[in-house]
Amino acid sequence: MSKAVLKGGVLALALALAAHAAMAQPPLKATVIHWWTSGGESAAIRQFADAFNKAGGQWVDNAIAGADQSRAITTNRIIGGNAPTAAQFNTSRQFRDFVQEGLLNNVDDVAIANHWDQVMPAAILDAIKFNGHFYAAPVDIHMPAWFFYSKPAFRKAGIAREPQSYEEFLDDLARLKAAGLVPLAFGGQVWQEKITFDAIFAMVGGPDLYLKVYRDRDQQALRSEAFRQVLVKFKRLKAFVDAGSPGRNWNDATAMVVSGRAGVQIMGDWAKGEFSSAGQVAGRDFGCFPGFGPHAPYVVAGDAFVFPVTESRDAVKAQKLLANVLTAPAAQVAFSARKGSIPIRLDVDDSSLDLCARLGLAIIKDKSRQLPNSEMLTTPDVNGELQDVLTKFWNKDQSPEDAQKAFARVMKG
Amino acid sequence: MTTPAIARPRRLQLVAYFALLPMAATALFAYLGTIFWSARISFSGSRTFPSYDFVGLAQYVRLFDNERWLLSLQNVFVYGALFIVATLVIGFLLAVFIDQKVMAEGMLRTVFLYPYAMSFVATGLIWQWILNPELGIQNVLHKLGFAGARFDWIVDQDMVIYTLVIATVWQASGLVMALLLSGLRGIDEEIWKAARIDGIPRWRVYVSIVLPMLGPSLSTAFVLLFVMVVKAYDAVVAMTQGGPGTASEVPAKFIMDYLFNRANVGLASAASMVLLATVLAIAAPLYFVRSRAARSGRES
Repeated sequence: MSKAVLKGGVLALALALAAHAAMAQPPLKATVIHWWTSGGESAAIRQFADAFNKAGGQWVDNAIAGADQSRAITTNRIIGGNAPTAAQFNTSRQFRDFVQEGLLNNVDDVAIANHWDQVMPAAILDAIKFNGHFYAAPVDIHMPAWFFYSKPAFRKAGIAREPQSYEEFLDDLARLKAAGLVPLAFGGQVWQEKITFDAIFAMVGGPDLYLKVYRDRDQQALRSEAFRQVLVKFKRLKAFVDAGSPGRNWNDATAMVVSGRAGVQIMGDWAKGEFSSAGQVAGRDFGCFPGFGPHAPYVVAGDAFVFPVTESRDAVKAQKLLANVLTAPAAQVAFSARKGSIPIRLDVDDSSLDLCARLGLAIIKDKSRQLPNSEMLTTPDVNGELQDVLTKFWNKDQSPEDAQKAFARVMKG
Repeated sequence: MTTPAIARPRRLQLVAYFALLPMAATALFAYLGTIFWSARISFSGSRTFPSYDFVGLAQYVRLFDNERWLLSLQNVFVYGALFIVATLVIGFLLAVFIDQKVMAEGMLRTVFLYPYAMSFVATGLIWQWILNPELGIQNVLHKLGFAGARFDWIVDQDMVIYTLVIATVWQASGLVMALLLSGLRGIDEEIWKAARIDGIPRWRVYVSIVLPMLGPSLSTAFVLLFVMVVKAYDAVVAMTQGGPGTASEVPAKFIMDYLFNRANVGLASAASMVLLATVLAIAAPLYFVRSRAARSGRES
């Protein structure tokens, strides 16, 4: 074969390829790492994948079991130079180091074009915005401190209404105990102990103290009598858990409420998946309330996707398309209906959501009730050390004073 | 006993060294290289990502100020001692048992070795259920009518570490059995005959003659078990997640937690350096004694 022919062939091939590319734009490929692997979760994420594919993208799913594992793989892939197009984190400070190292693209265009500032709750915006730039696309709001109770169990114990105060709640737990039930379905793992503590803290300590402690790291507040009372009241729940609680998984604890063997569980709204897969309906078989009384704070947490810096130009386009798709109202509602969360925007039609989610969405519209999750205010490192402090206090015979001192010491840094 | 050195052609030797190169490179870069790198990181203030600033001994100070780390170290010593002794004893007894030319030896060997072949992530969960007072043994005893029976170690601050010992001994005994069994099979029949003529009881032969002869197998088993103790992680995560509270925390879990969940690579590196130093402090004298024993054995 002569050189000229070879050259001609290559040229022809190149032209053909270019023509093909111009005719049918190849779909924007997006590799997405996330940890949604259970039945309900994968049904939920499929809503996003379908919407993205319909919008001209090609969703490459990278589901990794376990949130810690998933985040570790994201970190490793970014360091290793093989960054995914998008990766899941909690709406928290988990990805702040990534932002500071300049490893994430911002999605300012999408955020401004879609008025994120107006439609999303402030706590979510605070968690994804750094120096005025938007570094993540939030996809859901989970409230980690719902109270789920079994209606048959409440009836058996003769409890007529949902408790309106912490004292009333403790009375109800005592009644459940007297009726021969496990009052509080509890999983004794550090993160569950922490979210239970935060729930009680927000409820009985009040939003002011909560913010002073977690956001301002105010030593005076940390050493106050009011904060000591929070610890004391948290520990009072210990009398209402069963002996098998240490190490129990959250879904096993939920199963106790589903079966009516236990009365109440304090857990995030993801627990609804367990009820619905057992064929139970909110309001009929089980009830939910996000705290005591009409002014209880609503703790805001959730998930978000970040968009790592990559070499290819197409990746940035795919990232913007993703950010658009993930936060669009229709996909938001379709996702949350399956995930058990509530949408991140308050301007959606909630008729397809369940009773608890509708209640949550109504509450969160009241700005004064929004309270950021503690993980949005503390680093993963500090959050972990607080878990150590609380698990010791919960499990050991430690005085509230000592636990308070240890808590204050961690917050001092 | 001395073996005369056989003079090999030079070329062959070169080839041998060449063949060793990949392994040498792996050892140098993958093992030593990462150790030095971890050491460097342990003096930095690294968070999610490794950084190369210098904070002196700050991470080590924080480490030894950390109650959970100190408890982890204490736990691994208690756990390690019990686990190694129990596994060696049970493994030896199992090997002796099988060595009695019992029926269905092949099947029994498989049964005893099987736990080792299974992932502890799965079996740990089963152990968790068996030991859970509301689901497992205690519950069964209560249902059988023994209302006062208590077996709730796994939820007991002071006893939980022993449940880890029980579960992991169950897992590793089969391995020790297999190792020692092959050692036992290597023992000369003549020794047994001689002992029988002298009228020595069987147990005495095992304890005074066979056991010392199993030295190499035992020390292999010991090294394998020792490594298992240092990396103890999956059993803890599957069974107790370090709880109740922090009662069953181990160093490997501490390191993993800080490396990933808690995004503090600096502190995790400092912890792994301390763990490495501890291991060396225990392993180096043992190694020294062994190599001296081996050398004097060769010279005599």
